[in-house]
Amino acid sequence: MNDFKNKSILITGGSQGLGLALALALGQQGARIAIVARTDGPLETAITTLTSAGIEAYSIDGDVGDAAGALRIAALAHQALGDIDVLIHNASTLGPIPMPALADLDTEDFLRVLQVNLLGPHRLTRAIGGNMLLRGHGTIVGISSDAAEAAYEGWGAYSAAKIAQDHMNRIWAEETRDSGLRFLNIDPGEMNTQMHADALPDADTRLLSEPATVAKAILGILANSALPSGSRVSASQPGGLS
Amino acid sequence: MKAATTRYRQQRLLSVSTQFAEPAAVAASELARFFRAGDLVVVNDAATLPASMLAMHGGRALEVRLVQRRGPARWLCVLLGEGSWRDDTSNRGAPPSLDTGSILAVGDSLQARVTEVSPLGDRLVTLQFSVGEHALVSALYTGAQPIQYSYHDRPLPLSWLQSPYAGRPWSVEMPSAGRAMTWKTIMALRKRGVHLARITHAAGLSATGLASLDALLPFPEHYDIPPETIEAIGATRQRGGRVIAVGTTVVRALEGCASERGGLRPGEGDTSLIIDRNYQPRVVDGVLAGLHAPEESHFQLLSAFASPTRLANAWTRAVELGYQNHELGDAMLVA
Repeated sequence: MNDFKNKSILITGGSQGLGLALALALGQQGARIAIVARTDGPLETAITTLTSAGIEAYSIDGDVGDAAGALRIAALAHQALGDIDVLIHNASTLGPIPMPALADLDTEDFLRVLQVNLLGPHRLTRAIGGNMLLRGHGTIVGISSDAAEAAYEGWGAYSAAKIAQDHMNRIWAEETRDSGLRFLNIDPGEMNTQMHADALPDADTRLLSEPATVAKAILGILANSALPSGSRVSASQPGGLS
Repeated sequence: MKAATTRYRQQRLLSVSTQFAEPAAVAASELARFFRAGDLVVVNDAATLPASMLAMHGGRALEVRLVQRRGPARWLCVLLGEGSWRDDTSNRGAPPSLDTGSILAVGDSLQARVTEVSPLGDRLVTLQFSVGEHALVSALYTGAQPIQYSYHDRPLPLSWLQSPYAGRPWSVEMPSAGRAMTWKTIMALRKRGVHLARITHAAGLSATGLASLDALLPFPEHYDIPPETIEAIGATRQRGGRVIAVGTTVVRALEGCASERGGLRPGEGDTSLIIDRNYQPRVVDGVLAGLHAPEESHFQLLSAFASPTRLANAWTRAVELGYQNHELGDAMLVA
């Protein structure tokens, strides 16, 4: 059984890294995809990659961290895809790089990290989850991080936003219990991406997972209907809840 | 009656039913109480567009409000002149008189050409925008504002003007009855065995600024009725349940389709149906709406579902109880 054939999927931060890998993997399973990213260049390149692979793909340039932008993204996504089956909150920002210690981090920069990584998902889930609820089904995914669990110096803003996103989604799962909505928090593990390079430029990339491999694991998680709404799952241990 | 102006006030509901002599006044969160297993609630899932833009013509500023989509990046619009949303629409200055072929500079980045001036009034024009459909919707969300109302002292954010389940961006003003259908209420209804279905209906303008045009409202409106909704209505009839419309737009779409197309048919269409006390509903048994005074056109529509006397008494009761009206206001269930 193919879980994703003809499903409509909206992925934020979809022009590179894990977001693009998810778009490719889901699209190759027959899903219709809309990707959101802030800058036109990478977005166009990503769309070319997807459509060359025979995937029905739409681009939405927008910033999830912007209040007005969220409703625009939702409107364009509904216009392109019609009913949306899966919403993947993948877009995130590290904040200033190199990543400063909390005492050195300007609180306005912290606020920006929260806007993108936490409030953007709130805005978009509000704008899209209601229609899913009306239809009785839909999946909302928060991409989490090991940084949501461990305390790493320099990762204050990003980590605080990620653990808040996890918890917000757990509460949202409680508030929508037995409604047909499914909230999942997925920790993708450390991946060989631009974001990782920005955060940890000296890392040995041979030790990092490839986004395509992680995307495949995430598809398995999404297809696992036994996972209760509100679950947090690690892509490196897809069968086990983390 | 006072217009509600704040976001988190607890919405109230007045239930007007032929079952009871007096209307029942409760919190809107109690809505599910008035429904039975086997009933069907039909909502309008259109999102509200930012439909108001500033434009320039010949050095003069004017406001453009979208009325109805006529084609890719082509819209019937109403033009408004001097003044702003803080003025009652009927007190706005007349817009400049345009001809077919006139070009407007709209917002920061768009142009629009007048392709038709309506014989009903020269402030009602069809505009062809200079970009494609997707780019226009994108530009509206970036540069246009939601239509605002003079009974508020500040502009309402677009996010306040959406139904909790909004989807495709089709409405130019909020189909505001939907506010009562919070996620929690949707779940409470389902828990009671009430079914839910949806249509998408392009709710139109409530005011044009010109009395002779206002008298013709509502203008024809576009709708889309999914096949599942038609099936749900049929199944509801079979089991003796009621079909309750959330908002006058749902009534218009379903009754419009049924009466203008010889019965309910799935798919998109346009309705010109104007419903008044003499109209015999074919599909809809009851309506959840906002609060409307006897002189308002929505009151006429509700009169098809309950006697004008009963409705007028309900209005009086609502005023006595301090209910508030308009977009952020209270609700009435006529069923």
